[in-house]
Amino acid sequence: MAQLTVPPEAETLPATAELERAAERAASRRGLLLSLPGFAYLFLFFALPLVIVFVYSFATRSSTGRTILGDWNLRSYARLLDPFVLQIAWRSFSVAAVATVICLVVGYPFAYYIATRRPAVRYTLLVLVMIPFWSNFLVRTYAWRVLLGSGGPVSRLTELLGLGQTRLLFTSTAVMIGLVYGFLPFMVLPLYASIERVDFDLVEAARDLYASGWQAFRRVTWPLTRPGVIAGSILVFIPSFGAYVTPEILGGSRTTMLGSFIVRQFLSARDWPFGSSLSFVVMTVMLVAALIYFRTGGKTL
Amino acid sequence: MSAPEVTRPRGLVERALEANTWLVFAFFYAPIVLLVILSFNDNRVVGTWTGASLRWYREMVGNRAVIGSLQNSLIVASISTIVATVLGTATALALERFRFRGRGVFDGLVYLPVIIPDVTMAVMMLLFFARAAALMHSSIGVSFGLGIPTIALSHVAFNISFVAIVVRARLGGLDPALEEAAADLYAGRWQVFRHVTLPLIMPGVLGGALLALTLSLDDVVITSFVSGPGSTTLPVYVFGLVRRGVTPLVNAVSTVMLLASMLLVLFSLLAQRRAQ
Amino acid sequence: MRTRWITLLALLTLMAAACNSGSPIEGPAGDTPAEGDAAACEEGETDGDLLLYNWSEYIDPELVEAFESEHGVTLTEDFYPSNEEMLARVQSGASGYDVVVPSDYMVSIMIEEELLLPLDRDAIPNWENISDQFLAPPYDPDLEFSMPYQWGTTGLGVNLDAVGEDYEPSWGLVFDADLADEHAGRISMLDDPRETLGAALVYLGYSINSTSEDELAEAAELVAEATGRLAAYSSDQYSDLLMAGETVIAHGYSGGFFAAYDEAENPDQWDYFVPAEGGTIWTDNMAILGDAPHPCTAHTFINFILDAENGAALTNWTYYASPNAAAEENIISEILEDPAIYPDDELMANLQFIEDTGDFEIQYQDHFSRAKG
Repeated sequence: MAQLTVPPEAETLPATAELERAAERAASRRGLLLSLPGFAYLFLFFALPLVIVFVYSFATRSSTGRTILGDWNLRSYARLLDPFVLQIAWRSFSVAAVATVICLVVGYPFAYYIATRRPAVRYTLLVLVMIPFWSNFLVRTYAWRVLLGSGGPVSRLTELLGLGQTRLLFTSTAVMIGLVYGFLPFMVLPLYASIERVDFDLVEAARDLYASGWQAFRRVTWPLTRPGVIAGSILVFIPSFGAYVTPEILGGSRTTMLGSFIVRQFLSARDWPFGSSLSFVVMTVMLVAALIYFRTGGKTL
Repeated sequence: MSAPEVTRPRGLVERALEANTWLVFAFFYAPIVLLVILSFNDNRVVGTWTGASLRWYREMVGNRAVIGSLQNSLIVASISTIVATVLGTATALALERFRFRGRGVFDGLVYLPVIIPDVTMAVMMLLFFARAAALMHSSIGVSFGLGIPTIALSHVAFNISFVAIVVRARLGGLDPALEEAAADLYAGRWQVFRHVTLPLIMPGVLGGALLALTLSLDDVVITSFVSGPGSTTLPVYVFGLVRRGVTPLVNAVSTVMLLASMLLVLFSLLAQRRAQ
Repeated sequence: MRTRWITLLALLTLMAAACNSGSPIEGPAGDTPAEGDAAACEEGETDGDLLLYNWSEYIDPELVEAFESEHGVTLTEDFYPSNEEMLARVQSGASGYDVVVPSDYMVSIMIEEELLLPLDRDAIPNWENISDQFLAPPYDPDLEFSMPYQWGTTGLGVNLDAVGEDYEPSWGLVFDADLADEHAGRISMLDDPRETLGAALVYLGYSINSTSEDELAEAAELVAEATGRLAAYSSDQYSDLLMAGETVIAHGYSGGFFAAYDEAENPDQWDYFVPAEGGTIWTDNMAILGDAPHPCTAHTFINFILDAENGAALTNWTYYASPNAAAEENIISEILEDPAIYPDDELMANLQFIEDTGDFEIQYQDHFSRAKG
C-alpha cells in the first residue's frame, strides 16, 4: 500500500527525517480517522453482539424457558457432546461435504470449458452463470419444491427411465440438491478465475513433455488451479454447513441440520444458552476452515 | 488470455466438456423456467396444472401483505446499501492505503461477518437488541421494538465487510504511481481523492454496492429474527408462505422477484461494460 | 497493545454480566403494567392500529376488512405455528404485538410469566355472549386475562383411497408398525410437543398431562420411532399436504381439515376422526400482551370477535366450533350438526384438555426435540 510521499525537493533539506516522521504520523492519523466510522460500527453492531452471545452461552435457562444471567455454568457446552447433537452435527458436516464435492466435480469441467472459449463466448457464458447467481436465493431454492414433490417432474422423469416413482422431497438428498443448486456458482466463479489465470504456455510445454493430455492436466493445470479449488470449496462448504433456509424448505422436519437446530433453540425450545453455545461453536468451526484456506495460500475471498 | 489452439481440449474430451456445460446450464435454468410457468397455473395446488390464468398476479397486486413487505424490503435495502457502501469504502481505503495502530485487529474484524454463518449472526443481533432494549428501558425509560431500524442496522453490519472486500480488491489492483503523480499535481489530499482515486475505484464501489443490495434483498434468517410486527420483508414473507402452504401465489411473487433481480444484474453488467 | 483489547473485552463481558445479573431477562414486557393494573378503555375506543399475532388461516380476511372499516384502523397479522414459538417471541421482549391467541394451557403459562394485560370488562360488553361452559375455564377462572376464540379437537385426517373405507380409527395408524409401515413416508404429525407427545401418551394408555418421567420417555421413544415414517412435522401445512397427495394420514386440527375438504372437488375422499384411544379438545383464546402498544384497540378487537354475527362469520370460515352462544343461530347447520366439529357427549368423554404441567413442561419440549431427530 502506498503512503503519501514527501516531495523530492525535501530530501535535500537537513530536517528531512523530521518532516518524514511528521508526514507519517499525519498519514497514520488520517488512516485512523478514516477507519473510525467503520470500526465503530462493526464494534458496536458486530463485536459486541458476539460477546453477548458468548456470555449467554454460560447462562442458565429457567424452568419456564427464560434466560437467567447469573448462575454461570458450562452446561450448555456439556450438551454439545450429547450424541443426539453430535449426530445432527455429523449430518450437517456430511451433507455439506458431499454437496461441496459434487459442486467441484460438476463445476470444474464447467469452469474449464468456459475458460477455454474465445473471449466473446466466455463473456456470454459468464453472464448466463451470473444471472441465476444474483437472483433471489430463496426463490431458486423454492423452485425445487415442486420439482421434487410426488407426481412432480423429477418423479415423472424417473418413471420414464423405468426407475419407478420417486418422492425426493423431504429427504437429505433433496437438501443436497438444493445446496448444490444454490452454491454451484460460488464454486464456478473462483474456479473460473483461477483457470483463466493459468499460463497456457506451460500447458503447451507439458504437452510436449508428457505422453497424454490427462497427464499434462494432472501435473500442471490442476496444481496451478488449486487456489481456485480451495476458494470454491470453502465458499460452498461454509454456507452449506450452517444452512437454514434450504433444509427448512426442502428437508421437512425429519432431516434436522445444525442451522434449523439452532433456530429451534431460540424459537421453540427456548433454550437460549444452548442455542448460544451452538452458534458460537459453529462459528468457530467456520473460522478454522477459513484460516486453513488462508494458510494454504489463498489471498482473496 | 485464452487457451491457444494447441492446448484446447480436443475430440472426445471437448465433447464431454460441452455436454457437461449444457447439462449444467439446463440444471441452472430448468427450475426457474418451471417456477415461472407454474405461476400461471389456474389450480390452487401448484403441481397440478389445470389451465393458464393470471389470477395469482391479480391477487398479488391486491395483497396488502405482499405490497407491504415489498416496501419494507426496498426501504431496508436502500438504507443499508448506502450506509454500508460509504462505511465499507472508507474502511477499504483505510486498510489498504494507511498504516495505523490497531490495523491488524480491524483487518481481522472486517473479515468475520463474511465467514460467520447466517444463523449465528441472527442470534447475535437478536440477543444484542434484546439487551439493548432492556438497558435503554431501565436506564432512560425509552422502549423500542424490533422493526425496520433493527433490520437495517443488522444488514449494514454484514454488508460493510462485503463492500470493503470488493473495494479493497479493486484498490489493490491499482497502480500507486497514479496517485503519487496526482499528489504532485493537485493542491490537497481531498482533491487527489476526488479526481483520481474515486473514479478509479468506482467500479469496485459500484460492485460492492450491488453485492450489498443483493445480499440485503436476499436475507431471510437474520431478518426474521430481528423483525417485528408489520416489518416483514419480502423474502421473509415468501419464506413464511412456503412454510404455511404453497399456492401459485408464491410462484407469482417469486417470478416478479426473479425478474427484478435479473434486470438489475443485466443493467449493472451493461453499465460496467460501458465504463470499460 | 493486544492487552488493551483483551482488557476492553473483559470489561464489556463484566458489564454485560453485571446488568441484571441474577434476574431473568426482562424486556419491556417484564416491567410494564403489573398485574392488577388493567388498561382503562371504553367500548369501541381505539388507540392506533392493531397488531395481531395469530395461528395461520385462523381468521376470515373479510372479517379483518370489516373490523378495519368499522373502526378506522389497520390490522396487521403475523403468524406462528405453535404456542411455544409464540411464547418464545413474546418472552424475548419487545415483540410489539397487541393481541395473541394462546391455547388453554399456554394461557396459564403466560399468566404465570406475567406477560398478559388484565382485561377491562367495560370495553368488552359482548363477553355476555359466551356460552356458560366457557365462562370459568380452569386456566383463567374469572376470564381476567383471556376470552375464548374458537375451540376444537385434534385428530387424524385420512385419505380414504389409501387407508380404505374401514380403516382402524386409532393412533396406531401412526404408531403401530403393522398399520403404519405401509404408509411410510406419507404421514405427517403436528410440530407441537404437547400434541404429538400427547398422542403417543394416550395411545399408550397414559394421561395427556402425564408428569411421569418414565411415561414421557416411553412416549418419546414411540414418537422417535414414528419419525422414520413421517414425511414431515408440520403445524400449518398438514391439510395442504394431505390434499396434495404428499401425505395420506395427517395429524391436525379439526377445522383445518374441514375447511380444506370443503374446497375439494370430491370431499368424500377424505375423512377426519378422533382416535378411539382418546384425543385433545382445546380452546384458543384472545389475550392482550402486557406491553401491547395499542391496548384499547385490542379490547375493541376482542369485543368485535365476541359479537354474535362476527363470531358466526368466524366459525363459518374456519370450520372450528364457536364458544359464542349468541352466534349459534347464524352458524351454518352443516357445521353445527357435525359431531366431529361439535362433539357429542359420547365423544366428549374421550377427550382431554391439555393442561400446564408447571416445571415439568420443559421436559415435554426437550423430549420432543430429541424424538424429532
